[in-house]
Amino acid sequence: MSFGHKNLFGLKDLSADEILYLLDEAKAFRQILERDIKKVPTLRWLAVVNLFYEPSTRTRISFELAEKRLSAEVVNFSKSGSSVAKGESLRDTVNNILAMKVDMVVVRHSSVGAPQFIHRATGVPVINAGDGTNEHPTQALLDLYTIREKFGQFNGLKVVILGDIRHSRVARSNIWGLKKLGAKVVLCGPKTLLPPNPDVFGVEYTTDIEEALAGAQVVNVLRLQLERQQSGFIPSLREYRMFWGLTAERKKLLDPDHIIMHPGPLNRGVEIDPDVADDTDAVILEQVTNGVAVRMAVLYTLAQKLREA
Amino acid sequence: MKVNKGMKMPIYLLKGGHIVDPANGVNRVGDILIRDDYIEAIDPQEIPEGAEIIDVSGKYVFPGLVDMHTHAREPGQEYKEDIESASLAAVAGGFTTIVTMANTNPPIDTADRITFIYDRSLTAHCRVYPVGAVSKGLEGEQLAELADMAQAGAVAFSDDGNTIADSELMRNALAYADQLDLPILVHEIDPTLAAGGQIHEGRVASLTGMRGIPAAAETAVIARDIDLLRLAGGRLHIQHITTAGAVELIRRAKEEGLPITCEVTPHHLTLTEEDVLESDFDPNFKMMPPLRTEEDIFALRESLRDGTIDAIATDHAPHALHEKDNPFDQTPFGVIGLETALSVVWTELVAKGIISAEDLVRLMAVNPAKILDLPAGTLSVGSYADITVFDPDARWKVDPKDFRSKSQNSPFIGRELTGRVAMTIVGGEIVFRK
Repeated sequence: MSFGHKNLFGLKDLSADEILYLLDEAKAFRQILERDIKKVPTLRWLAVVNLFYEPSTRTRISFELAEKRLSAEVVNFSKSGSSVAKGESLRDTVNNILAMKVDMVVVRHSSVGAPQFIHRATGVPVINAGDGTNEHPTQALLDLYTIREKFGQFNGLKVVILGDIRHSRVARSNIWGLKKLGAKVVLCGPKTLLPPNPDVFGVEYTTDIEEALAGAQVVNVLRLQLERQQSGFIPSLREYRMFWGLTAERKKLLDPDHIIMHPGPLNRGVEIDPDVADDTDAVILEQVTNGVAVRMAVLYTLAQKLREA
Repeated sequence: MKVNKGMKMPIYLLKGGHIVDPANGVNRVGDILIRDDYIEAIDPQEIPEGAEIIDVSGKYVFPGLVDMHTHAREPGQEYKEDIESASLAAVAGGFTTIVTMANTNPPIDTADRITFIYDRSLTAHCRVYPVGAVSKGLEGEQLAELADMAQAGAVAFSDDGNTIADSELMRNALAYADQLDLPILVHEIDPTLAAGGQIHEGRVASLTGMRGIPAAAETAVIARDIDLLRLAGGRLHIQHITTAGAVELIRRAKEEGLPITCEVTPHHLTLTEEDVLESDFDPNFKMMPPLRTEEDIFALRESLRDGTIDAIATDHAPHALHEKDNPFDQTPFGVIGLETALSVVWTELVAKGIISAEDLVRLMAVNPAKILDLPAGTLSVGSYADITVFDPDARWKVDPKDFRSKSQNSPFIGRELTGRVAMTIVGGEIVFRK
């Protein structure tokens, strides 16, 4: 089996072959999702905890469905209403849950490196469902899956990641994945929302949206966290839309054969206009469906690794 | 320092060690005779009857090291460290004098609290001198009673941990301390540029999205304070500099003749932001100011040699295990350093030919004593017998179990080091022996 990790911390750590391996696995699970009975008995032996220290709808439900469709036992944890409010540390919380014989952890946390911390503290396999600004590997995998469905491959595709690159884990995981698979990545956003040292990624970047969109096959529009305005990164949402919003007019700059992606949740009328989000070239809901298949593939792959060990 | 009341102290002869005493221009093999708490002779003609002869051949004999930047955490956070445990760590690391910072709880911002530190230093195995706060409550608003604290024995003033953001307060602090002939020690990080920052604003911050602390957060405040020094007079000492830009500013200020000095920590001389990434965000690599880049390390090392940097200080900042045992951004800033500083500097700088043993003694003993006007940093006849015996050939691995500090938050855990303290003598008494 050509997957060499016990955990999924991020796409930065994976090889192109390992990413393609997961995408291929996901293809099989994607077919299962089209059946009447969307459930397989594969992981009946596995107990998984979904530890969500940050609010999430899509990712949490997607993981839960993926786990249930593989027949794993699932327990959900969210920060509110837990002992975290009583000051329990992350290590203690995780160890207490694992003491109830849980085999694998899916974690969403505001701290960069929280998945690595949990793995170090427990030795249990950890799937990163988003660690601060760092990585959100399963989101990027579902984005890659969606792109491959449409274009068949990645070589030479121009993929624009548009918006708050600086604070985006979705952007980072996409950059690592797309680069490894041979796409041409262009980052675009206001200079205050590009990373301070954007050269570190080894991809192109620009503040000029027209230049970025010209001839692109894929635009991945990032959600603008509304608090960025209060923190002084941008003057107003109005100005953001004027200069970096994806509008029907700007869409004309793209390659005629293109797709529009967005990780959700949408701020309609800020980073993406409502008519753009709802048009036929937008694959936002397909991304969500593919997300379940991709997460099944990740869970299945790491469960196999765990069994081998 | 513990006082040895009424006990008759043995007479020691440290025999055959390589004495490095830049204050007296000594750098050769020789013998040191210690009587009571002072150095009686170098290369004595006769050995007094009853003297205990300690063979230190093959080892270096340094004036006891002086750490001008220790957080002993007492009063208020004795679970992290206290004056006694800090002193145990100090002497194990070859330090015979430590200078404690004022950011305790409550802060050391009045004369009676200075006296408290001196009282508590009776539990210590080394000499302990307190720094008083610049501002009341370390709040950066009103001057603390600097003259009263000076009279009680404060050796300098510092709001370390906080930057004095108010320029007018900084100006007045310099002027007021000038009349007391004491330096202001400053922690230079612009609080708005550093807000929320976890690591250096460089490659790793961009790679991970972690909020960075730009080099400009340091240089902007240093540039301001050099201007204020020119305006107000006084003496300014910049703590824990980390950037090539800071070195350049201080070099120019020194060329101009301004009374400015600075220090650097062993970790900022040897580690970079990349260590944060390579360690998978181990909080033992988190401190303020943050680990910078190779280029910064290069500039810092260069200026150790040319005298731009005056001192190496530890910024020993203990935090309990449970406080550092969390994801990176949820942990406090700071690392311990007393027990590793000398060996790290030896391994990474002296053994690699970047500085000499004499430079090391100047940076870690002579200059800190001079900046703070402390009775230390020399092996002159008649001076306190505060002595560090160092075995340059000992090889050891940093193991947290061996730490005498109450805390274990060291970025050097697991490192193989060359050279180790063999013996530490404070006031004629052997307080540590390996």
